[in-house]
Amino acid sequence: MSGIRPAPSGADEELTRLGVGELGALLRRGEVTATQVALAHLERAERQNRALNAWLHLDREAALTAAGEADRRLAEARRSGSEALAACHPLLGIPVGLKDLVSVRGGPCTAGSRILAGYRAPYDAHITERLRAVGAVILGKTNMDEFAMGSSTEHSAYGPTANPWALDRVPGGSSGGSAAAVAAYHVPAAIGTDTGGSIRQPASLCGIVGLKPTYGRVSRYGIVAFASSLDQIGPFGRSVADAAVLLHAVAGRDERDSTSAPVSVPDELLALPDDGGAADWLRGRRLALPREYFVPGMEPGVEARVREAVAALEAAGAVIEEVSLPHTEYGLASYYIVAPAEASANLARYDGVRFGPRLGDGRDYVADYKRTRGEGFGAEVKRRIMLGTYALSAGYYDAYYLKAQKVRTLIKADFDRVFAAGFEAIVAPTSPTVAFPLGAKLADPVAMYLSDACTLPVNMAGLPGLSVPCGLSEGLPVGLQLIGPPWSELTLLRLGRAYEAITADAPWRRLEPSDLAALDDPATPTPAERLALARAAAAATA
Amino acid sequence: MTVATGARRAASPALERYEAVIGIEVHCQPKTASKLFCRCRADYDGAPPNSLVCPVCLGLPGVLPVLNRRAVEHVLRVGLAIGATIPAVTRWDRKNYFYPDLPKGYQISQYQIPLAADGRLVVETSEGPLTVRIRRAHLEEDTAKLVHADLDGRAVSLVDFNRSGAPLMEIVTEPDIRTAEGARRYAEELQLLLRTIGASDADMERGQLRVEANVSVRPRGSTELGTRIEIKNMNSFRSVERAIAHEIERQVAALEAGEPLRQETRGWDENRGLTYVMRVKESEDDYRYFPEPDLPPLRIDPAWLEAIRTELPELPAARRARYRDVLGLPPADAAVIVGDLEATALFETLLAAGSPPKAAANWVTGEYLRHRKGGSVPAERLAPARLGPELARLIALVEAGRLTLANAKAILAAHLEGGEAVETLAAGYERIDDAAAIERIVDEVLAANPAAVADVRSGKDQAVRFLVGQVMKATRGQANAARAEAAIRSRLGQADGAQGPTGPAAADQGPTDPAAADPGAEPSP
Amino acid sequence: MAALSRADVEHVAHLARLGLSEDELSRLETELNHILEQYAVLARLDTDVIPPTAQTIELENILRDDEPGPSLPVTDVLANAADVADDFIVVPAILAAPDATGR
Ligand SMILES: [Zn+2]
Repeated sequence: MSGIRPAPSGADEELTRLGVGELGALLRRGEVTATQVALAHLERAERQNRALNAWLHLDREAALTAAGEADRRLAEARRSGSEALAACHPLLGIPVGLKDLVSVRGGPCTAGSRILAGYRAPYDAHITERLRAVGAVILGKTNMDEFAMGSSTEHSAYGPTANPWALDRVPGGSSGGSAAAVAAYHVPAAIGTDTGGSIRQPASLCGIVGLKPTYGRVSRYGIVAFASSLDQIGPFGRSVADAAVLLHAVAGRDERDSTSAPVSVPDELLALPDDGGAADWLRGRRLALPREYFVPGMEPGVEARVREAVAALEAAGAVIEEVSLPHTEYGLASYYIVAPAEASANLARYDGVRFGPRLGDGRDYVADYKRTRGEGFGAEVKRRIMLGTYALSAGYYDAYYLKAQKVRTLIKADFDRVFAAGFEAIVAPTSPTVAFPLGAKLADPVAMYLSDACTLPVNMAGLPGLSVPCGLSEGLPVGLQLIGPPWSELTLLRLGRAYEAITADAPWRRLEPSDLAALDDPATPTPAERLALARAAAAATA
Repeated sequence: MTVATGARRAASPALERYEAVIGIEVHCQPKTASKLFCRCRADYDGAPPNSLVCPVCLGLPGVLPVLNRRAVEHVLRVGLAIGATIPAVTRWDRKNYFYPDLPKGYQISQYQIPLAADGRLVVETSEGPLTVRIRRAHLEEDTAKLVHADLDGRAVSLVDFNRSGAPLMEIVTEPDIRTAEGARRYAEELQLLLRTIGASDADMERGQLRVEANVSVRPRGSTELGTRIEIKNMNSFRSVERAIAHEIERQVAALEAGEPLRQETRGWDENRGLTYVMRVKESEDDYRYFPEPDLPPLRIDPAWLEAIRTELPELPAARRARYRDVLGLPPADAAVIVGDLEATALFETLLAAGSPPKAAANWVTGEYLRHRKGGSVPAERLAPARLGPELARLIALVEAGRLTLANAKAILAAHLEGGEAVETLAAGYERIDDAAAIERIVDEVLAANPAAVADVRSGKDQAVRFLVGQVMKATRGQANAARAEAAIRSRLGQADGAQGPTGPAAADQGPTDPAAADPGAEPSP
Repeated sequence: MAALSRADVEHVAHLARLGLSEDELSRLETELNHILEQYAVLARLDTDVIPPTAQTIELENILRDDEPGPSLPVTDVLANAADVADDFIVVPAILAAPDATGR
């Protein structure tokens, strides 16, 4: 392409292709500095963000300060000897991205919404503190569906994010900015949140690894809430091991989150087995394949890749049996009652009084509330607030909210039964489709909601779920979902690692996102422009 | 205490035909150091605006609540004290409504399973004991404070979030109360209970105890409930009684005039002595309660509850009964002492030091309260722990006949004024019982007062008292007044002890009652 | 389950304090009813004896000791507010309280 800017230095650019483990090794050996690593990633992210729109804020100054501090800590550890160096967390000096609903003291936190424009958090989220403590370098905040409501990142008030595999397609959502940033080598790892699939589905659509931990595993303190009983924070990485390292850094009990569990975080997360060890570990593991997860509307290519992955696991010695999770079909309806109901309360605080822009003439507080909220929230958020308010309102509580809570019991019991029968994990598709074109599902909320059909039951049951890439369909990534009983993240990650190991030689593993080069082309339209074009085209045919 | 409206009610034939049905809702602030769900200090009273606020109680994006154990225990304490049922497991609910003083747009409260349910409180009224059933007591978070102001000609409200998130206990009765006096007595007794068990300071003036009443009236004999009207802004016990009495009259007058009543909230205007419409209820509020997902359930295991029960002090009703039935105090004295925690503490200290109950009760209800209400004694000198031992010593000296009552009072006053030990002060006030010494002084006094002596001789008996007074004056009150009088009468040839009801003998031989009989002849030191 | 009327949509919007245009109200009426149709599937399940699940976490009695900690500096409290005067946050004049707690 003619318009490509001269790439900075080849060596710096190559740094962005490395994972957490490799960067960490270079940093500890002193072959690169955290500042160099940060700059390499920052420059790539800054350069490409126009075409990708993965980032809402890149904070060069804060990132370089953190990188400088990491360099100081690394130098000190090197002086103190190999033990001190080994005691450094693998994330020391590693750039990471945070979904823009994680509070960072003094920084913006929009949750993808206009209603939080200009808001600066006066405090750090728990995971921000943890990341600072281990010396990770926070590069900035990533784009997302407004208040994490969506499966495409198109519901961001700050424009959609593109998928690095096909810039006219969505990266999935709601953590699409984090997924796209990791897939496009802007950061080796990033934080997302998952309420109904918002980590796993974009991981699947962007061809990377995403983990939704057990509810209670990672503190929600400082994370803008969507649906409190479903929200969990989790990592993205390009490898299972990288995701595991980020989970290790942020997981664990926090006294400021009453639902954060006093369950220990295993250090084995930092030492997942190598290819040989992982394949050995896999032999004899009992895995369940739920027949209901091959939902109507699933793309044949997706089903084919998932079934091939299952076959590969079986060929490598795993024992796979088909099981039934009979209440799966009720997941969507019950989820879309519970989540909006909780959201309707969680989003009541956005009233323009204590933070955020306030609209209205200042004469009547009710009128001002209505204008502030009516104009501050986007269409999808308003839709869900309406749904949730309705489901909780007098006369409808039992029929909707209570009913959904009871169905939730049944959904959870389905999973309990499978794990009680001795299965270590469930293997399933992550998303019924590959990345869909920008604008394709915006007009039909229900079609969009179906994107989460395979992921949201896991949130309803509070379980951990991992999505790992398992090949391509029509040139776009497909994700394999691994679901385990509570606190089984280590098992899921070992399983994911094993799957990586047994497919290490697969040709698709060597492929990079196909549209990476176009990200450097100034002629490339922005995702917002692409969405506008798609909408115009749709309007013309309608 | 009867208020004017009570008298008027009796006088109005219309009022006589109706019966009021009253339920009381009390909000009180449990006594904690920190707020209910965050660690900001809970003593917001008097703090600079928005100085006790953190992300949690400001309802910023991303915050989560963490429950204060002590606040829960205070409600359990109340539950046990009112004999309520405590659930094995309870949880929290979100009460959703929008208001600028409610930062999250919902209040974390308890809806389905209150921490305490089905309790009762028995209160004494002028019509006898009244049992008020308490439907529920639960815990919730308080709201911010709105101050109305004029800002450069613009009418605005100013929000101070210091109170936001402070713990609040809501205690709701069944509609068991029938009179304004009953409502006041219930509120007073509840305050006493809360203070006795240490659950709340329950100071109405400081907003730690807020009383609201639901009042309806119906024709006597009817079992249907009338239109229920809520009354707010009653800022003292007196205003509770006045507001409800007024509201009953207003409702009866309206019904008599054929005017329908609306379900509404009315405020009490203390200055004008009437209630006014604050808000008309158009429809039932839709608070969309649902279980709070940010807080795990609370299991109240029996051992926890038992530990709290064991620590409960004697409750006011039991204490009154004991003072009355075991210690033999007059019911009025028992009520006065029990109704006042400081007085109770002092009384108990005196009992523990061996003071006779009746004497102790007299000193507490008399001299102690008089000095306290006088307001000129430094609070620390009145503290039961400090005053108790001193007063006990004083009572012992009086009981032993070594001090006259008048001098004992003088010593107490001197002790409270200057802080000097009772023992030291009493040294100068030992009673003179020695007959020879008294006769010597009597002789001096008779010699110095020939006119009075003449009066006595001519049958003017008051002159004896004057002469006794002179003897007391000459001895700075130390003379045994009875003996002095006897000596005077004997010297002047009068029969002994034949005089009036307030004779000095009564004064000196009634040491258990310092307040009752105080011979006018005794000079006050 | 009953369909939402236009009046229902308006009522819910009021409960949620959402100012919506006529267009939005019309679109939401259609969309919400479409979504509610999807909920009909739940009616097929007999859940009479099924207990509800509000939380999946198996924690109980997460309590903290009553120990005060630091609050924010007042400048931080006010920093994000749209309208501020004399250390207070300013809102339109409020006349009467809507709730049952005397404020
Ligand atoms: Zn606070």
